[in-house]
Amino acid sequence: MIRLQDIAKVYPMGNRELKVLTGISLTIETGELVAIMGPSGSGKSTMLNLIGCLDVPTSGSYHLDGREVSRLSSRELAQIRGQKVGFVFQTFNLLPRLSALANIELGLRYAGSSDRQRAMAMEALTKVGLSDRANHRPTELSGGEQQRIAIARALAKNPPLILADEPTGNLDSCSGEEIISILTSLHAEQGITLVMITHDANIAHHCQRIVHIKDGQIEREEKV
Amino acid sequence: MKKWFEPFSTAWVGVASHKLRSSLTILGIVIGIAAVISLMSIGKGAETDILSRIETLGSDLITIRPGASVGFGGVRSAAGSAVTLTMEDAEAIAQQVPYISSVAPLYSSNLQLVAGNKNMNSQVTGTTPEYMQTNNLNILSGSFFSDYDYQRGAKVAVLGSNVKETLFGDTDPIGQQMRMGSTIVRVIGILESKGAMWGSPDDAIFIPLTAMQQTVAQPRTAKGERVVSSISLTVSDKEKANYVVGEITSLLRSRHNLGPSADNDFTVTSMEEIASTLSETMATMTIFLGAIAAISLLVGGIGVMNIMLVSVLERTREIGILKALGAQERDIWTQFLIEAAFLTLAGGIIGVIVGWIVSFIVSSMGLMTTVVTADIVILAVCVSAGIGLFFGFYPAWSASRLNPIEALRHE
Repeated sequence: MIRLQDIAKVYPMGNRELKVLTGISLTIETGELVAIMGPSGSGKSTMLNLIGCLDVPTSGSYHLDGREVSRLSSRELAQIRGQKVGFVFQTFNLLPRLSALANIELGLRYAGSSDRQRAMAMEALTKVGLSDRANHRPTELSGGEQQRIAIARALAKNPPLILADEPTGNLDSCSGEEIISILTSLHAEQGITLVMITHDANIAHHCQRIVHIKDGQIEREEKV
Repeated sequence: MKKWFEPFSTAWVGVASHKLRSSLTILGIVIGIAAVISLMSIGKGAETDILSRIETLGSDLITIRPGASVGFGGVRSAAGSAVTLTMEDAEAIAQQVPYISSVAPLYSSNLQLVAGNKNMNSQVTGTTPEYMQTNNLNILSGSFFSDYDYQRGAKVAVLGSNVKETLFGDTDPIGQQMRMGSTIVRVIGILESKGAMWGSPDDAIFIPLTAMQQTVAQPRTAKGERVVSSISLTVSDKEKANYVVGEITSLLRSRHNLGPSADNDFTVTSMEEIASTLSETMATMTIFLGAIAAISLLVGGIGVMNIMLVSVLERTREIGILKALGAQERDIWTQFLIEAAFLTLAGGIIGVIVGWIVSFIVSSMGLMTTVVTADIVILAVCVSAGIGLFFGFYPAWSASRLNPIEALRHE
């Protein structure tokens, strides 16, 4: 599913260069549930952005679903994001102006499927157990509920890959548990490939594999 | 869910979620468009007003006056003072120039008019019965003098509306006697008012030319021809007015024995020519007014751009989210562009209505005639949408080019 080879990412910082990733090689199989751990500034978010085609590496090659994507145009990257990747963010990133259902539909708009958007959105909302909150604005929902809406938005288009960047980071432990159980059950029931950044070792141990990152390199991997 | 509709509904949500800000932006465009509409309608109104007044004077009228001309609008050197036009010129024109329906020579003089205990000075015009036709006069009551009156030199007079008002007030003057210089005349008709304007017959009094000759000595030229003050004539076909002017000019030049290098000693003016010059001037005026109003439209457009830039900045994170969800640059771009066009189009439509109301008020208060034409309205609406696209372009473009990662990190 994901094959990173010698990936490096360098950001220009004035006249110096900031080396965020230095030679990452990682393979993630279809249907795997992987946790990425590491201290802040280790480059794990940058790696997740690269995997999610939000950014392209400075060097190295990246195959997603068998296709080399590290040199694609922004147009093609947007298309891949729309069709193959669902994002779940630490800060939920829902649009406050739109209802829960409309937020989920937004996730379908750019996926190319046009016909049954409302039905698919409703289906996703039911999967995260919030079908009674369809017309609520994000501000009327609790943090845990907002994150469930965000998960519904990510999975509504049935993407093969879901990327979560500290999905429980802004939640209390109780809501966090709930979110993790939703994500793990989605993985178990639908075989979605799930890559998740987390700081929490307990959460990481729900995954099949933990990748530890430090200073832009893979420090070690452990099987759970 | 239809795909084409989505950007429009999204744009609507964007506009509606900042009601005050959106309405102020729209207001800028409303003022601009309303100013364009009302000023141009005033310009257009003045244009049609002047043209219709000329129409009432007779747009097929051609006037010949003695004296040279420096062209319409220039200084007419001593026009009217020379004694070069004669009855015989008028007769020759009637006989020899084609496309003429009637010719009326006239000789006028300022005389004192007395009726009862009222008196006034006015221009008395001796002419032929054709004058009524050439100068498009309408009789309010009584009648104009007839060919028979003309032939026998009957001492009958037709009064302009102001003259009648001054001398007779509200009493009916038809059949009454009045004194004109040293001659007693009988009033037989009153003219309809044509409104205050240059050349208006309201202040004039008309009598048969033959009667005029008995009242005031009509001078004669060296050849013994009877001098007239001017000659009015109408063409049978307005299209031929310029041709007729040319024919009259060459006829009169040969009759007056003018050599090839000599200037004309008369001036031929066709109403058609005056009308077209005036309407050109007014059209320039209208464009000028519109251009001034367009400046406020420009300011409104810059306001739209300003607000769109603020909006893009404020929604940076939203743009990042949309990009993460797979939105193409084109999607972002169209969304903001539609939003800008939406603001200006709404402003344009409201502006048209406001401008329409303003020009309606102006004309109903009697300040000025205004005309709102369909082309101005269509132009204004298209221009306002165009302003949205033009001034929305840069903000929309900058939104579409945002880096998704940086946009997502934006607070």
